Amino acid sequence: MTVNDIVHKLGLTVFGGEKGLDREITGGYVSDLLSDVMGNASEGDVWITLQTHKNVMAVASLKEVAAVILVKGLKPDDDTLAQSNEEGIPLLGTELEAFDVAGKLYALIKSK
Amino acid sequence: MKFKYEIEGGNFSKAGNASSEVKKILKQLNVPPPIIKRLVVALYEGEVNVVAHAWNGCIYVEIEPERIDVKIEDKGPGIPDIEQAMQEGFSTASQAVREMGFGAGMGLPNMKKNADQLNISSKVGKGTIVELVIFLNGKR
Ligand SMILES: Nc1ncnc2c1ncn2[C@@H]1O[C@H](COP(=O)(O)OP(=O)(O)OP(=O)(O)O)[C@@H](O)[C@H]1O
Ligand SMILES: [Mg+2]
Repeated sequence: MTVNDIVHKLGLTVFGGEKGLDREITGGYVSDLLSDVMGNASEGDVWITLQTHKNVMAVASLKEVAAVILVKGLKPDDDTLAQSNEEGIPLLGTELEAFDVAGKLYALIKSK
Repeated sequence: MKFKYEIEGGNFSKAGNASSEVKKILKQLNVPPPIIKRLVVALYEGEVNVVAHAWNGCIYVEIEPERIDVKIEDKGPGIPDIEQAMQEGFSTASQAVREMGFGAGMGLPNMKKNADQLNISSKVGKGTIVELVIFLNGKR
């Protein structure tokens, strides 16, 4: 499954990082604590968070997550968006809360 | 090979830049991905600690055939009780820094988990030196 697949199946907004829409997804991680993500997320995860600042993309890039989903209709800061485009890591958005989008993503990944 | 990076305390917009540069170099040198992953976690946490807790600092990275040595030296408030600082969940981060998702007290534990050797020395009111080693031949 690619990032593009979940964008369509979950009706996600693509803020930036379109270059990376063909990245392969292997799992997910939900956290708003950057050191927790640094220590525990895996390469290929979709990272679900409410943090919108630029350090999110720094962590996303260092960990090589497949994409980032911002929850509850939150919008990325301008420099976050710029870095998503630079790195080619898709920055996505949903109106859903973390619990709901994680549940849907989980079901999608497990159904494959 | 030796590299040096300067870190500005308080400047979160640049936090992670040095770690990202080092990651690029290690990839170019064909260092095995599991080693790069561990080094990047430990280095990023050290870099962010200078940004979040110190005034300014320097990162020195030395890459040799069998090991990577990192030294992170800062001028800052120092760590009064290193054993306490190493405990997961301990943090003195400000409310503003916590709202950004830093300050979970997981940085130093992440460094310990990912480095083969970690050594911290600190002088209160002067600064902190963090030294870590990762071996390239799996000699954990
Ligand atoms: N370079 C440093 N200078 C001064 N104090 C430090 C430094 N590094 C760590 N500390 C102290 O040790 C504590 C624990 O550090 P640690 O990295 O584990 O957690 P944190 O930085 O508070 O939060 P997190 O890393 O999870 O975002 C810090 O809150 C701070 O009090
Ligand atoms: Mg820290």
